[in-house]
Amino acid sequence: MTLEKTNVEKIAWLARLKLSDNDIPEYARQLSSILTLVEQMNTVDTVSVAPLAHPLELSLRLRDDVVTEENQREAFQALAAHVEAGLYWVPKVIDT
Amino acid sequence: MYKSSLIQLSRALDRREISSVELTEIYLDRIARMDAEYNSFITVTGELARTQAGEADQRRQAGSNGPLTGIPIAHKDIFCTRGVKTSCGSRMLDNFIAPYDATVVEKLRRAGMVTLGKTNMDEFAMGSSNETSFYGPVRNPWDLERVPGGSSGGSACAVAARLAPAATGTDTGGSIRQPAALCGLTGIKPTYGTVSRYGMIAYASSLDQGGPIARSAEDAALLLTAMAGFDARDSTSAERPAEDYSAHLDDSIEGLRIGLPREFFGEGLDSQVGAVIESAVKQFERLGAIVSEISLPNTRLSIPAYYVVAPAECSSNLARFDGVRYGYRCDDALDINDLFSRSRGEGFGAEVKRRIMIGTYALSAGYYDAYYLKAQRIRRLIRDDFHRAFEQADVILGPTSPTVAFKLGEKTGDPVTMYLSDIYTISINLAGLPALSLPAGFVAHLPVGLQLIGDHFGEARLLNAAHRYQQATDWHARAPEGCN
Repeated sequence: MTLEKTNVEKIAWLARLKLSDNDIPEYARQLSSILTLVEQMNTVDTVSVAPLAHPLELSLRLRDDVVTEENQREAFQALAAHVEAGLYWVPKVIDT
Repeated sequence: MYKSSLIQLSRALDRREISSVELTEIYLDRIARMDAEYNSFITVTGELARTQAGEADQRRQAGSNGPLTGIPIAHKDIFCTRGVKTSCGSRMLDNFIAPYDATVVEKLRRAGMVTLGKTNMDEFAMGSSNETSFYGPVRNPWDLERVPGGSSGGSACAVAARLAPAATGTDTGGSIRQPAALCGLTGIKPTYGTVSRYGMIAYASSLDQGGPIARSAEDAALLLTAMAGFDARDSTSAERPAEDYSAHLDDSIEGLRIGLPREFFGEGLDSQVGAVIESAVKQFERLGAIVSEISLPNTRLSIPAYYVVAPAECSSNLARFDGVRYGYRCDDALDINDLFSRSRGEGFGAEVKRRIMIGTYALSAGYYDAYYLKAQRIRRLIRDDFHRAFEQADVILGPTSPTVAFKLGEKTGDPVTMYLSDIYTISINLAGLPALSLPAGFVAHLPVGLQLIGDHFGEARLLNAAHRYQQATDWHARAPEGCN
């Protein structure tokens, strides 16, 4: 698989990663070589093999839907770059 | 005193030959004098260590101590540590002061261990040489021109250089075992679900597992006993009774069936590393083990499958870093997408970006079946190989890494070359098995790691076999020049 510059730009957009234009050709080369490695998977037929998501095939535990954590809103918001009036601030999302 | 094992330190503290405060000062002093050369610590927590050491001494006086009370330890900077910077080796978290303790940190703190600091690592645990760290590479104490391995490179370096008697690590594709091998140490990656992942910054959640890096199997067993156990806060934690991993260390290994996978001894294995492993196999035979050849035919597919599963999970896990709630935030964002994209673009390094993009691509519309589902099918083939092998063998033995420590910069130009160095460790994570690496000899002045792989929850047997080997050999007792 060979990725072109436009493929890399699209993937970077989907992943919300701003790349410098100068770096894109190198990323295209490296990602293509990783995908070539990955495509060695296609040398085996796996049609009759079921996918394995959990190494021990255990299902995840469920718990009662009750509050178990204490409220640490202020401690957590203290980690943010921009908080005002108890709200996380970001650039305007919706036009008025 | 810094030459002592955990067991010896525990006895010395018991007999009041030294206090925890004195012991802690010895290590803090070594770190202050020596670590500029190695770069194994991102943060040294001197004040916290002195406070915890004082508390440990009080506990020992009151008789309310355990074997680890008062013994210092270093934590990989992937484990959240309350009130302490937890960077995960990334610019993204350079300003992140963890608001809570990871379960591993909390358990070892409750056992009375003293936190010396947070160790350097590949950024978000993505790397095999510790060269992707935002804080610069770590040097191997056996040869300063060479890498310590990764991603737990700082932990391995600190223990090898006797800057800490032991350290925590994490292993997603070999990140405990490979640095342990390259630095002449004993490190164990437990069965998936054995050690809680709560507060351990996630890379690939179906593969990540924490474990100890120490100087012997005996020390690793003591630490693993304190680290492991069911944790309701980790939804994948195994619901099993607690286990004492030290209880069977001294058992005989007479009759132990050891399988040598032929795929681990073929093309790609350095012949001198191979010779060291073969002589270790003879030592195991002298101890009564019965050795036979086995096959893990899908080993060659483990790296391709891993580089779908791990990036896919990482692209999802690392989506949380958005410049809003914590971590790096870019200046002067034009709009919300500019805030996300530039915070992530500026906050993550190149290897993390590559893996996020591979994962994003593999999970994007139209590609899911060809990549992610295909990789999960291969994952079953790999696990089934091990299932069949464990019908013939109790323990599987091979090299941990195809070569000894390589030079700094040698593999940074081509990601795929770096990935291939994990050929003997990655399949174990895909299958969720326990495996440990222990030192088995040298090629020139560089340590060689031997890997023992067990069936699910077979940690005690691995530690037993490793301990018996270490009773008969002294490779694990060697220290780098200037550190002994």
